[in-house]
Amino acid sequence: MKKISELDLPDDIRYAEDHEWARLEGDKIRTGIDDYAQDQLGDIVFVELPQVGDTFKKGEEFATVESVKAVSECYLPVGGEITAVNTALEESPELVNKSPYGDGWFVEVKLNDPSELDALMTNKDYLEKLKGAE
Amino acid sequence: MKEPLGATGLMLNEPLLWEKGKKGRCAFSLPRRDVEPRPLDRELTGEGPDFPDLSEVDIVRHYTRLSQWNFGVDTGMYPLGSCTMKYNPKTNEKQASLPGFTGAHPLLPADLCQGALRMMFELEQYLAEITGMDAITLQPAAGAHGELCGMLLIHAYHKSKGSQRSKIIVPDTAHGTNPASAALFGYRPVPVTSNEQGMLSPEAVAELMDEDTAGIMVTNPNTLGLFEENIREIAEIVHSKGGLVYCDGANVNAVMGIVKMGETGVDVMQLNLHKTFSTPHGGGGPGSGPVCVNKHLEPFLPVPRVVEENGKYALSENYPESIGKLQAFHGSFGVMIKAYSYICSMGPENLKKASQLAVLNANYVKEKLKGTLHLPYDRPCMHECVFSDKDQAADNVTTLDMAKRLMDYGFHPPTIYFPLVVHGAIMVEPTETESKENIDQFIEAFKAIAREAGQSADLLHGAPKNCKVKRLDEVTAARKPCLAG
Repeated sequence: MKKISELDLPDDIRYAEDHEWARLEGDKIRTGIDDYAQDQLGDIVFVELPQVGDTFKKGEEFATVESVKAVSECYLPVGGEITAVNTALEESPELVNKSPYGDGWFVEVKLNDPSELDALMTNKDYLEKLKGAE
Repeated sequence: MKEPLGATGLMLNEPLLWEKGKKGRCAFSLPRRDVEPRPLDRELTGEGPDFPDLSEVDIVRHYTRLSQWNFGVDTGMYPLGSCTMKYNPKTNEKQASLPGFTGAHPLLPADLCQGALRMMFELEQYLAEITGMDAITLQPAAGAHGELCGMLLIHAYHKSKGSQRSKIIVPDTAHGTNPASAALFGYRPVPVTSNEQGMLSPEAVAELMDEDTAGIMVTNPNTLGLFEENIREIAEIVHSKGGLVYCDGANVNAVMGIVKMGETGVDVMQLNLHKTFSTPHGGGGPGSGPVCVNKHLEPFLPVPRVVEENGKYALSENYPESIGKLQAFHGSFGVMIKAYSYICSMGPENLKKASQLAVLNANYVKEKLKGTLHLPYDRPCMHECVFSDKDQAADNVTTLDMAKRLMDYGFHPPTIYFPLVVHGAIMVEPTETESKENIDQFIEAFKAIAREAGQSADLLHGAPKNCKVKRLDEVTAARKPCLAG
């Protein structure tokens, strides 16, 4: 497993307590799980995603990931309507391990309230939090 | 024995039966036909199944070989936490194969199967005495089926009070099947976090418990191997809001004849005969998950129930509030005989002693290994103890690596990565049937593995080395499963 200092935590995205990330793209955000989460879970073998049109509040369970170790729930970092899901994960769940912020994204969400995005952590805050939990 | 348990020997390969078969070979002979041949209706005939032609010795060697590659409680220590892989005494099998039992048809009239009915009736009574509960159903097929039965009983109870509730509280130290069974039934499981001591706190339950909550599902002892010390207080909170307490009794091996579950506030609980009562577990199954209830839930138990009058036994459907049938017939009957045999051969004192020894053995393992492996909850445990791989993280060695390496030393690995509340969990349940010598060997093996982790991590990453099948590619197996030969 990676040491905290080896984690890839880009500065153009925001981070949630439960290790999901969110990136603003126009009036939508993309989200997935971050490098820390994919590394801790290990090889991901299955991702269950919601359907386009589903709506969730901030912090609601929207997806589950299954790794060789465990099944974990994922919580939507911001509330809104699902406008797209990454269907490539059906056949290739390993994309989450290979490229958590790129090809391994989970869903695209139309934001209800943009201030919810601002409330998420920056990469610096998130790094501090991870160090604190060590 | 001075030598280490794990060794290598001549390991023979074995082809699939289809590769072994040769047209015309046969392993049985039919009695001579004494009636005229009659052609079958064409609708009833067709291509036969694709079975290979084999001689008797081919078949015997094939399955003997497969069993030699296998590992079970008859070959060695199997400390699989939460599964209670205790030894299955052979007398159980002998009793279960008595012709009076094996020949009995489940639809026999009561007059012709008094022995079978009496065995079921008495087993219910024994289980009630061991757990301190009032009434039992033997129908559920295994633990999770028992949980579902418990949910049906809780629902029936609330319905009889004219109420309909939608939620159920499930702690993070419960068995994973608990929230699944509740959700399958239609209740919404509400998670509650255990405290720093790995215990459920009454405050946390009080915060969640309301009049829309049907009750709580507590695994006691819990999956950290700890006894829920606040269970009485928690039960009072749940009862005060009209809810019921379900106890997952999968871990009863720690408390047989010691804890009266009814007096701790438990209203309904399942037992796993294939864990606590020494019937085969896993591939040797099937399971059996009797459900025990307190008096106020008895009217709802599944039918038919075995009843006794003046020494005569009968099956009765006369319980108008019953949740109905859970099984085509009476449950895993053969398994019940084995549990009955175990209870009779042990007797009350020895059952209690089995629990005491199970707890003693687990505490011995915990104390002996706590300097070698990280022990997240350092307090007296029940029948199992939970370590983690935290101390090996610096060597880049994980729980999985150590578990795999343990096979090379001749032991079945413990349960790993469960319970989820412990990161990299290693859950050891030695059971009462292992001697001190066996447990010492297990402890020494784990210490040797921890030394190897510091010196040659690669050895662990590649383990097991001595098994027929080496390190499996679990990732590809899960991502691209091959479900047919």
